[in-house]
Amino acid sequence: MTDRRKIELTVNGVRHVREIETRLTLGDFLRHELGLTGTHLGCEHGVCGACTVHLNGEAVRSCILFAVQADGCEITTVEGLAQPDGTLHPLQQAFRDHHGLQCGFCTPGMQMTIAAFLAENRHPTEREVREAISGNLCRCTGYQGIVAAALDAAQRLRGT
Amino acid sequence: MGARNVGAIVKRLEDPRLVTGRGRYTDDIVLPGMLELAFVRSSEAHALVKSINVSAAKAVPGVIAVWTLAELGAIAQKPMVQAYPSPAIKQDITQYPLAKDEVCYVGEAIAVVIAANRYIAEDAAQLVSVDYESLPVVIDAREAVKAGAALAHRGAPNNIAATVAWKFGDAGAAFARAPHVFRETYYQHRGVAHSMEGRGVIAQFEGAMDQLTLWSSTQAPFLVRRYLAQYLEREEARIRVIAPDVGGGFGPKAGHYAEELVAALVAMKLGRAVKWIEDRREHFLTTTQQRDQWWEVEVACEAGGKVLALRAKCIHDNGAYLPYGLLLPMTVIVPFPGAYAIPAVEVTLDCVFTNAVPNTPIRGAGRPNAAFILERTMDTVARNLKLDQAEVRRTNFVRKDQFPYETGARMPTGVTIQYDSGDYAGCLDMVMKTSGYAAFETKRAQAAKAGRWIGLGIASYNEDTGLPPYEGATVKVLPSGRISVELGSCSQGQGLETIAAQIAADQFDVDPQDVIVKTGDTAISAMALATVGSRVAATAGPSVHLAATQVREKAIRLAAQQLEVAEQDLEITRGAVHIQGVPGRRLMLGDLAKRLVSGVMVPLPKGFTPGLEATAYHTSERPVYANGTNIAEVEVDIETGAVTLLNYWVAHDCGTMINPMLVEGQIVGGVVHGIGNALFEHMKYDRESGQPLTTNFAEYLLPLATEMPPIHVEHMETPSPVNPLGVKGAGEGGTIPGIACIVSAVENALKPLGVKVNEYPISPERLLELIDEQRGAARA
Repeated sequence: MTDRRKIELTVNGVRHVREIETRLTLGDFLRHELGLTGTHLGCEHGVCGACTVHLNGEAVRSCILFAVQADGCEITTVEGLAQPDGTLHPLQQAFRDHHGLQCGFCTPGMQMTIAAFLAENRHPTEREVREAISGNLCRCTGYQGIVAAALDAAQRLRGT
Repeated sequence: MGARNVGAIVKRLEDPRLVTGRGRYTDDIVLPGMLELAFVRSSEAHALVKSINVSAAKAVPGVIAVWTLAELGAIAQKPMVQAYPSPAIKQDITQYPLAKDEVCYVGEAIAVVIAANRYIAEDAAQLVSVDYESLPVVIDAREAVKAGAALAHRGAPNNIAATVAWKFGDAGAAFARAPHVFRETYYQHRGVAHSMEGRGVIAQFEGAMDQLTLWSSTQAPFLVRRYLAQYLEREEARIRVIAPDVGGGFGPKAGHYAEELVAALVAMKLGRAVKWIEDRREHFLTTTQQRDQWWEVEVACEAGGKVLALRAKCIHDNGAYLPYGLLLPMTVIVPFPGAYAIPAVEVTLDCVFTNAVPNTPIRGAGRPNAAFILERTMDTVARNLKLDQAEVRRTNFVRKDQFPYETGARMPTGVTIQYDSGDYAGCLDMVMKTSGYAAFETKRAQAAKAGRWIGLGIASYNEDTGLPPYEGATVKVLPSGRISVELGSCSQGQGLETIAAQIAADQFDVDPQDVIVKTGDTAISAMALATVGSRVAATAGPSVHLAATQVREKAIRLAAQQLEVAEQDLEITRGAVHIQGVPGRRLMLGDLAKRLVSGVMVPLPKGFTPGLEATAYHTSERPVYANGTNIAEVEVDIETGAVTLLNYWVAHDCGTMINPMLVEGQIVGGVVHGIGNALFEHMKYDRESGQPLTTNFAEYLLPLATEMPPIHVEHMETPSPVNPLGVKGAGEGGTIPGIACIVSAVENALKPLGVKVNEYPISPERLLELIDEQRGAARA
């Protein structure tokens, strides 16, 4: 029950070496071992997407990954989205401008999902944005502000 | 004075921390030496607990203790506090913090494991074995009200917690003389709240100070403190409850829960901080829901569609307990006659116990249910009399010249129901125009040629928002000159910090982004009740305004004394008091604040009390009424039963808008909640065993971005005369008509087939059944 392993990984550019229980989820590792509580756990069964982080650049659900699976990987969480000087990522700014969040609980996962999506699709349509976030649940906004934020962020990231 | 902030789109003060992951939700808080809890929950819907074996669980390394009710101590040998006592309650049954000997729904807490962390606590909880003796189960409230039904509670006389009624006018006479009477039956089910953050609590006890502190993901820290104080027989002054960032509420977080009590008791007994974080399965099993209702409705009307009277009977499933008194049932019946000047109404409701999760309000509480009945009734009248659905509504609306309008009903307290203001037909006109209502039949005909079944639905509503009597506010000018606002009220995403800052900023001509706002903490001296019922903008909002106005007046009075000028010659711009037209002769607000902070042996200015601050309460006797009309366009695939949402239009009136961006967010989010209720969300139980059948997000569907239509919102602003800002609430105004609107649209799409849709949620399977039934009936 207490099988432990040592893992090494980079989170938001910082290298960490930890010995952890093998059953510890990546989400709990980030939150409780590293204190990065921006990653939220909404369902813990891989549906709501609140826990989404980037693993080697891809959006993944940290609630259904074990931390040991991230051994040797590079992880980015919502805390790594803004510039080191605190300047908001264009997506974060767009979320604020378009009222893309209310309670803020799904927001980190939404942003990480959209950030990964926009890295692959620089010119998304509204339909494509909606498809991209169809694995992220939001109970507050009705998604409209989130979609607007994503489309605006795409434009800002293109610099047009 | 610069531009007014009230009424402007001001970006939220909350957002910088929330978009960067720096919000602080309950589970983000870590206290030194903190332990974690996991609950052993009933696997039976109704049973006697014969024995509980905790020895294996206690043996797990890292487990501190495993407790049942007995170990919680003498104070806990009583059921939980009734949140809303009422003489109308016939059977006042609340649960024990941990089961005493009988469990009445799957998920009811039986024992608690206290361990070093949640992994260990959950491991150990699995090892607790409970020996049950099964008792008869009742899940269907229609069965529960029958003579000889299985009893949800052993030894109870029957399953009826209470019967409540709402009557005014002479319905009997109206039905006797009405040229038309129509009867329908309806089924409604609203499901689970599903805030994305579940419930959670941290309890800490500092023995030396005799101080209990709770951080809880709650909508009502002041009420949680009150119930804890009552139950624990502690002074409220010895309890502090804090609502940190809360990840959505939608109603169920306004109550108090067994887990909060258990956490407090464990913390007090062990002298260690403890945390419990609900997981999603627990949210499905234990967070209060809004379950089934069955209705029989009859309406009496004239040939022109004017409704003369409405009579209805409702069987309301309240689940296994009555934690919230009759508040939810009352919100089902009190909204009648809604936006309509119906002269006579008789609604009775049986509030029934079953062996399902207990019920308390979810977004809109009983209002969406009442709106569904009223709106389906308007559609019924239109269908039977071959009248236009919109015109039937217009015929029955309370007219603009009738405000303030007394419906004829009275609250149990004796206060009459009075609609303060509005222009119901104005909202209808607005949304009919924008949606192209008049041209829809042409559109339908064109679609029909292409084999498409499209429909237009309509639903109007009014809503008692800003529920009385108060939410307090304290406004201070700090010695730095910055403005601070303190509210006992709390936010679950509505943007309370932002609107409070906007309202206060207007009195001092400062940037709202510079205002410091604190909320949701019983250590704040301004008293509060709860963030429920679309009430805080219209209760706390005016209180901020009143407090800020008093502070402003005090600042001007002091400046007048200091500058030796008349008060009326002074004004405040950019945080400074100066002589009108002479910006140079000014006193900074911070300097005035410092004069009133004063110092030891430094006299206060003559005639002044300390502190450039004020606490104020806007109090009211009655709610303020928002209203609106929604129109939805849908397409039904009659082969698969799938409903595609094409368009959704809202025209609504929530009085003066403090921040139109936030109002629109509330409306759109509310509409989508209504869409979820109408089409997707169904918390199912096995009727025989009482086992819940939908306990994850694969089995229970929430609305997704891909299924939502474009939602177009238009605002009408009829200021309420009841409060100084003219504001009305907006938090539930999307959900209340949303369900009825979607169902109306689905039915309208099937109009050529004559299918009636008198229920929700409407799954594709159910819609196919209704289509098949109608076709069968047509063939026969």
